[in-house]
Amino acid sequence: MSIVGTRVVRQEDQSLITAGGTYVDDLREEALSGAAHAVFVRSPVAHARIESIDVSEAKAAPGVLGVFTAADLGLDPHAAGPVKEPWLADGVVRYVGEPVALVLTEERYQLADAAELVDIDYDPLGAVASIDAALADETLLYPETGSNVVQVNGAKEFDDGIFADCDVVVSTTIVNQRVAPAPLEVRGASCAWGDDGRLTVWLSTQNAQIARTQVAMSLGVGEEKVRVIAPDVGGGFGAKIGADPEATVLGWAAKEIGRPVRWVESRSENLTSMTHGRAQQNTVTVGGKRDGTVLAYRLDVIQDAGAYPRTLFLPTLTELMAVGVYRFPKVETRSRAVVTNTTPIAAYRGAGRPEATAALERAMDRFAAELGLDPAEVRRVNFIRPEEFPYQTPTGASYDTGEYAAALDKALETAGYAELRAEQKRRREAGDPIELGLGIATYVEITGGDSGGESGRVDIHPDGSVVAWTGSSPHGQGLGTSLAMLLSDQLGVPLDKITVRHGDTDEVPKAVGTFGSRSLQLGGSAIRQAADEVIAQARELAAELLEAAPDDLELDAERGVWQVRGAPSSSVLSWAQVAETAAQGKLTADVWFGGGKPTFPFGAHLAVVEVDTETGKVELRRIVAVDDAGPIVNPLTFRGQRHGGLGQGAAQALMEVVTYDEDGNPTTATLADYSFITAVELPDFELVDMATPTDRNLLGVKGIGEAATIGSTPAVHNAVVDALAERGVKHLDMPTTPIRVWAALEEARKGNAR
Amino acid sequence: MKVSIEVNGRPVAEEVPDRTLLVHFLRDTAGLTGTNIGCDTTSCGACTVLLDGESVKSCTVLAAQADGHAVTTVEGLSSSEGSLHPVQQAFREQHGLQCGFCTPGMIMASVSLLADNPKPSRDEVRAGLEGNLCRCTGYHNIVSAVIDASGQEVDR
Repeated sequence: MSIVGTRVVRQEDQSLITAGGTYVDDLREEALSGAAHAVFVRSPVAHARIESIDVSEAKAAPGVLGVFTAADLGLDPHAAGPVKEPWLADGVVRYVGEPVALVLTEERYQLADAAELVDIDYDPLGAVASIDAALADETLLYPETGSNVVQVNGAKEFDDGIFADCDVVVSTTIVNQRVAPAPLEVRGASCAWGDDGRLTVWLSTQNAQIARTQVAMSLGVGEEKVRVIAPDVGGGFGAKIGADPEATVLGWAAKEIGRPVRWVESRSENLTSMTHGRAQQNTVTVGGKRDGTVLAYRLDVIQDAGAYPRTLFLPTLTELMAVGVYRFPKVETRSRAVVTNTTPIAAYRGAGRPEATAALERAMDRFAAELGLDPAEVRRVNFIRPEEFPYQTPTGASYDTGEYAAALDKALETAGYAELRAEQKRRREAGDPIELGLGIATYVEITGGDSGGESGRVDIHPDGSVVAWTGSSPHGQGLGTSLAMLLSDQLGVPLDKITVRHGDTDEVPKAVGTFGSRSLQLGGSAIRQAADEVIAQARELAAELLEAAPDDLELDAERGVWQVRGAPSSSVLSWAQVAETAAQGKLTADVWFGGGKPTFPFGAHLAVVEVDTETGKVELRRIVAVDDAGPIVNPLTFRGQRHGGLGQGAAQALMEVVTYDEDGNPTTATLADYSFITAVELPDFELVDMATPTDRNLLGVKGIGEAATIGSTPAVHNAVVDALAERGVKHLDMPTTPIRVWAALEEARKGNAR
Repeated sequence: MKVSIEVNGRPVAEEVPDRTLLVHFLRDTAGLTGTNIGCDTTSCGACTVLLDGESVKSCTVLAAQADGHAVTTVEGLSSSEGSLHPVQQAFREQHGLQCGFCTPGMIMASVSLLADNPKPSRDEVRAGLEGNLCRCTGYHNIVSAVIDASGQEVDR
């Protein structure tokens, strides 16, 4: 009986629930004995010239083993888009939190005291603390480039003619606010040089192999000289892709002082120095006919890239996914990325796609409201039809499969949409100050969008055990269990005899790792391909042993035995017996799955909120989610990924925002200030299953890691605006905090609605 | 100063700096790394342990304050034969953890919550765990795990 598709509790859990796992700061390896402790001295100002740095007093402090600045490193800066980012600030600081110096001490508790004594004299330059300030180009972060705009893509000029035939045109500027990924485990790394001249870096990362390449290149040594090990990783959400600059500095320092070094940042550092996500300002214009048919759509993206533009794919990915689930005849997109004196922006759960969906789904609601039509109806009129797949979008995406109308119907039916609308009407007629709001979002996203490959290796030993190595790098997703389930079905080996390993570059030298919801479709396909090869090897060996032609042999995947086809009474061979005869002492296949094409999961979410119009407080009452990512391997973890996505998506709509004052000082730099969502603000989630396969990988699966985040943010956002619609509010930006809701109501009362 | 704490039933006595936090005493002196540190403002609850049976955030307690008292960490929950505590069992069964980093604190807070309120409603669990942050699960399955551990049926 197949276990794929059944609910299987995770193999990963045992050590996490009994011993708290082994995260990077938990390591007590022999190689790290006597390690120095490290702290980075970070800039307290957003933009300044460094006049002088005096480390003499710090160097003399108790326990100090070294204090280093840019002048000591002698490492070439790394590229950050069109500009360079130094490993430690070199002459100029460009955001609060930028590392300026490294302090190493014998004891952890000596760090803060010594760091205090590093005397840095800053001469402030004007701070560019917002997109508007960046576009003004009055203060430049990189004067040599002549502008704060560091990337332009898409339409050179917009053509208003595309809206010429429209009865109604609606335009809105939407802030997709900056948020903090905030994995519960902050960043950490430990570095040790061995007697063999190799550096080992234990790193909290989503991609050990990418990190290895980055660190080796940065230090100017060959890749074979660096080993990166990802131990248990306490969440990443895109912000732990590869290696951050700190890892390189620590590797350098470990060599410099001739001792291992260990580092773990504080949460306050994490909230200013780990990359942030989103940070776009999008102007959407939608035009069409009075029956709701959209004729033309325009998306103008401005990406705040932060001080060092590390990942400029975000705004162009937003453009790629601009039209979502709709067939729009005329489409224009453009994006610009600007630098500001703020923490660098990079991937955060969804990374470019949530921004596209948030803009589009708000625009569809605005369009529907303008026409006086139900937002569900307007969406139905414009959906790409099932028979139109594969569907080439005007922005260049090639959608594989989709059942968009069916997904919306399921969500609305499960929620009881008509009854909810009736309840909303009843409350309004009764003058209830607690308004009910319904928000719809229908979405499509792209997973495995990098079109890259992944590695997979499967060994079967003479004791019948199976060990698999994946190039993917799970850190909470439960992928290890999912891969073991796939192998169990394919090979007929019970789960308890299968071990899945990952995250050590000496064990898995070539890999990409985990981001963009790529792991099951690419990492899973690689494991499938490796197991296929092992089966082919076994067929030859079993044929010899049973004195039959290889083509006459079959693997009975129910029992995990090889037998001659059509001769069930003949002798059978176990995997152990076959593996015993293998020339290498085991069956083994190490493959690269390179045929991975992007897939396009989709879904529909309905959010129900109550808004207290007297206080502005929003309560998320329900969220009903249809998320279709093809066939489901483990419903347990599939649902878990959706839960997490819903939580983070709702958090952005309701509460979370990273803010700076006009001088570029962060005002949300602790978890006491940043509104990290808690159990109290979230409801139980209502999930509806739907599974439309894809033909773009060996498993027919799409990614689920980010999908629910993408749908839930605009669903909740739309629900809040919907609640206030009768009172004249047409739009308010996220997060929909009480003060913003209250202010929007006040403006509407005065007749100034946006 | 010399601090003596009974950790998971085992006495641990060491000379430590006066300012040593309980969480560092547990991790570095007692060698129990299950208790994690997730913030520096007593906001996240990852470091939650039981001090004389009551849940505390061990990043905000000095080791000196726990001198002469008993502390239970996640490592001390399973029986000596290795069988899981009902709360640990329920977190696994209900998929109440993903990356696992908040889990030791979440489990200890749940043990404390159930000691105070053996049959909580889902809303009561949410309110009781407000001081423990999780980034992965959206809390749904954590609530289910506590309901399960309380012996009540999980219906969603």
